[in-house]
Amino acid sequence: MAESNSAGFTLPEYENGAEYIGHHLGFLKYGQLPDGSWGFAHSVEEANAMGFWSIHVDSMLMSILLGVIFMGLFYFVSRKATSGVPTGLQNGVEFLVEMVQGTIKNTFFGKNNLIGPLSLTIFCWIFMMNLMDLVPVDWIPLLAQVIAQDSHLYFKAVPTTDINITAGFAISVFILVIFYSIKIKGMGGFLGEFAFHPFGKWALPLNLVMEIPSFLAKPVSLALRLYGNLFAGEMIFLVIALVGWFQLPLHFAWAVFHILIITLQAYLFMMLTIVYLNQAHTKPEAH
Amino acid sequence: MNLNATIIGQTIAFAVFVWFCLKYVWPPITQALAERQKKIAEGLEAADRAQRDLSLAQNKAADDLREAKIKSAEIIDMANKRANQIVDEAKEKARDEGQRLIAGAKAEIEMEVQRAKEELRAQVAAIAIAGAEKILESSVDKAANEELVKKLASEL
Repeated sequence: MAESNSAGFTLPEYENGAEYIGHHLGFLKYGQLPDGSWGFAHSVEEANAMGFWSIHVDSMLMSILLGVIFMGLFYFVSRKATSGVPTGLQNGVEFLVEMVQGTIKNTFFGKNNLIGPLSLTIFCWIFMMNLMDLVPVDWIPLLAQVIAQDSHLYFKAVPTTDINITAGFAISVFILVIFYSIKIKGMGGFLGEFAFHPFGKWALPLNLVMEIPSFLAKPVSLALRLYGNLFAGEMIFLVIALVGWFQLPLHFAWAVFHILIITLQAYLFMMLTIVYLNQAHTKPEAH
Repeated sequence: MNLNATIIGQTIAFAVFVWFCLKYVWPPITQALAERQKKIAEGLEAADRAQRDLSLAQNKAADDLREAKIKSAEIIDMANKRANQIVDEAKEKARDEGQRLIAGAKAEIEMEVQRAKEELRAQVAAIAIAGAEKILESSVDKAANEELVKKLASEL
């Protein structure tokens, strides 16, 4: 492990592959240290010892930075959006907006002004975060280490490989689903779906046993699917980064394949959000 | 798994971004899209209408042309008829005129002949009287003889 001395910055060195991967999977975590003071965790043990009230500064930083970048871009375009012939950037943005609109039109049959911006934000933001996976695994952490002048700094560049980020999305969507379910169907209708569906009122306990887990599984599966896919992809990039010069063609091949995965996962998250919200807006068909 | 307050931070950030998108990004872009769609639809409709108008105008022009041709043919026909009529009338008139002239000339000739006859008669009477005077040499009652000779002359 490299010593970071006061004279300057030295490149980080790792004793073996396991340490390399382990270090790359660590978060820049701020929270209460074992001695009671607040600060960044310097080791995995310290990080694990922090309770719930700690925060992954790297994930939040990258997440917000990427969000600001894509929102800024969209805002810039939307301010100059004309109904005339679109040019360059406006074309791209319109393509995305139309894609989202088309998906909503095919999937969502309620009436809701939030669903469009929500879907667009989910897709673009998650895509941007996933895109960080295609940046070679050492670049962003190294940049962070250079800026911090600390060759041992933990820094995770891909926010969607952090379960907290994906769970944040999933919980937001879950809250919206509950909110709209109650708003559209009323509390009775919302709870009635658990009690009297799918087998009618005479099988109420069975209905509850079937419906409640499937309802709760929605946010969990949303969060875990995205996290799992990206985490696995990140892991493979890290393993590939260990094989020396042969990593270049391997990295290229996996990156090309990964383009599909990151787009698909972003799209899937958006799609499932729309589907869940659509279920919140429509009554289940009678049996 | 390592759940911590990052979830809360991310949820807040998400809410803020969605709100921003809802407020500032989504409306102008979708509005521009809808407007363009409307414009294109209108343009296509206008093109359609123009096409229809054009074909209508073409039909009308063709109809007008055909009508004009028919009318002009009628006019020419009528003109021909009228010309023939005029020619016929003129011929008729000319014939009548000719007839009249001929009749006039004939009448004049007749008159001329009558007058010549009268004159001739008068002269014959005078000659006859002169001849008779010469024959008789003697004085004959001029008045009585003249009566006689006139009678003779009228019988000629």
